[in-house]
Amino acid sequence: MNQKSSAVKIASGDNSTAAFDVERIRADFPILKQKVYGHPLVYLDNGASAQKPRAVIDAMSRAYETYYSNVHRGVHWTSQRSTEAFEASRGKVARFLNAASDNEIVFARGATEAINLVAAAWGRNNLNAGEEVVISHMEHHSNIVPWQMLRQEKGIVLKVVPIDDDGNFLLDEYRKMLGPRTRLVAVTHVSNALGTVVPVAEVIRLAHAKGALVLLDGCQAVPHMAVDVQALGVDFYVFSGHKLYGPTGIGVLWGREDLLNAMPPYQGGGDMISSVTFAKTTFKKAPHRFEAGTPAIVEAIGLGAAVDYVQAIGFDAISAHEHGVLQYATGKLSGVEGLRIIGTARDKAAIVSFVVDGIHAHDLGTIVDRAGVAVRVGHHCAQPVMERFGVAATARASFGLYNTRAEVDALTDALDEARRFFGR
Amino acid sequence: MRDELRDLYQEVILDHGRSPRNFRSLPNATCLAHGNNPICGDMLVVYLDLDKAGRIADVAFQGQGCAISMASASMMTEVLKGKTLGEANKLFECFHDMCTRADFDPAKANGCDVDAMERLSMLSGVREFPIRVKCATLAWHTMQAAVKGEQEASTEGAP
Repeated sequence: MNQKSSAVKIASGDNSTAAFDVERIRADFPILKQKVYGHPLVYLDNGASAQKPRAVIDAMSRAYETYYSNVHRGVHWTSQRSTEAFEASRGKVARFLNAASDNEIVFARGATEAINLVAAAWGRNNLNAGEEVVISHMEHHSNIVPWQMLRQEKGIVLKVVPIDDDGNFLLDEYRKMLGPRTRLVAVTHVSNALGTVVPVAEVIRLAHAKGALVLLDGCQAVPHMAVDVQALGVDFYVFSGHKLYGPTGIGVLWGREDLLNAMPPYQGGGDMISSVTFAKTTFKKAPHRFEAGTPAIVEAIGLGAAVDYVQAIGFDAISAHEHGVLQYATGKLSGVEGLRIIGTARDKAAIVSFVVDGIHAHDLGTIVDRAGVAVRVGHHCAQPVMERFGVAATARASFGLYNTRAEVDALTDALDEARRFFGR
Repeated sequence: MRDELRDLYQEVILDHGRSPRNFRSLPNATCLAHGNNPICGDMLVVYLDLDKAGRIADVAFQGQGCAISMASASMMTEVLKGKTLGEANKLFECFHDMCTRADFDPAKANGCDVDAMERLSMLSGVREFPIRVKCATLAWHTMQAAVKGEQEASTEGAP
């Protein structure tokens, strides 16, 4: 009840601080001017994929219109320009994560491919039957299935760290799971379904104390907070470009350089070899060893522009704004009768999953859509989380740097309409 | 409220969704199948009792899902009772057309049970919501899977 009353006190008009003018940010995103069924688009599905600022769209158009070519091949002007821009993006991503070297940034199709790369190239060559990989109960399917496939192939053991009823990662349970057979801890940095921020510093410290490596799935973290892989001391970090206001088809595997260079290639082909004869092929070092074939060149350039964009705004301002919206949304949604928030961890990113009594999430999604409000409904590719909370599906509002409190109001108004509609 | 939504969520549909008919298991079912809509997590089981002449003597379902999938399953059980398997398949064909084609007219569709289609027409509003057609057809796909002796039906890969 306290939450409800505090919600009322938060003014809905205040979206901006001196450092952060949300209306100016919104003007950078062409799609936000779009109307949907006659209503302004209220895009609250950033956890699935974020919209793109003009800077990203323009960087990609400019590449295609003025200097596009294949990379790492031609002696001609366009190929040199394209290679420079492609590699410059690698450098931008390296600085974004505070990597020790550009060589630690491997471009992949997305986080899913990056995790599969680690499972195949590192896991297959380093894990033996009976050795353990630790994941958590709130992983996205992309950080469950690759390890299950490896279990099938190698007979490794998969252990799952439980979460409590609020969606907190249970550190004590985790600590007890670590042992001499633990080789890898692969957990999410921020839960896509619940918004929980996992205490990764402690997770890493405990894993390293047992000699295990740590992979973090940073898909839902990098859009919301600064990530410093050296300060974290993590071993692998992955994320997808499209959730960070960049294009689809590009993602990042960051790995410690010594680890990457000790790993065999993931796929064979062009661009990843030093020399090929029919008798013997020698492979390039990381990152090129893992980038067989023509890469997603312009997408990588677009990701570089996205990284520039968020860094120019700065994560201090982004986090402060998003936390304000999250707090407002949590209060407003708690005031909707019959609504239950799924995921109430102490430390959360700007994601709110919820269910409404007597109205299936799918029906909610359809009704709020007609008010121009885009939310995700379903299991969020995290079915074990749904099962943990005893729900088949939830609706999820996931916020980005351009979302406002007025948009939260649009969501709750649409939910009120849905409730009237269903006679609830 | 917007008209398309009103058409989709008619009072009859909401009523079937809230209190689905024939929502039970058939302990001695001739055949049954599990239906699964992996995108939204809808899950149901359809049970059929066939008599010696191959008619559907009883049909029931259990499960959970959105209002559209629950209402559609409920209404399906009502219209299928007493039908032959051939009639049931034909009805599904007509129902599917109704859910996907704006120009659908049961009177002109050859061999459609007009009375049954009249009742099922409550669900025709789904046409304006292509993403929801699989909710409306899940129970029917599951019924067909049961009749064919398949254990499972999934809306993925099926229209």
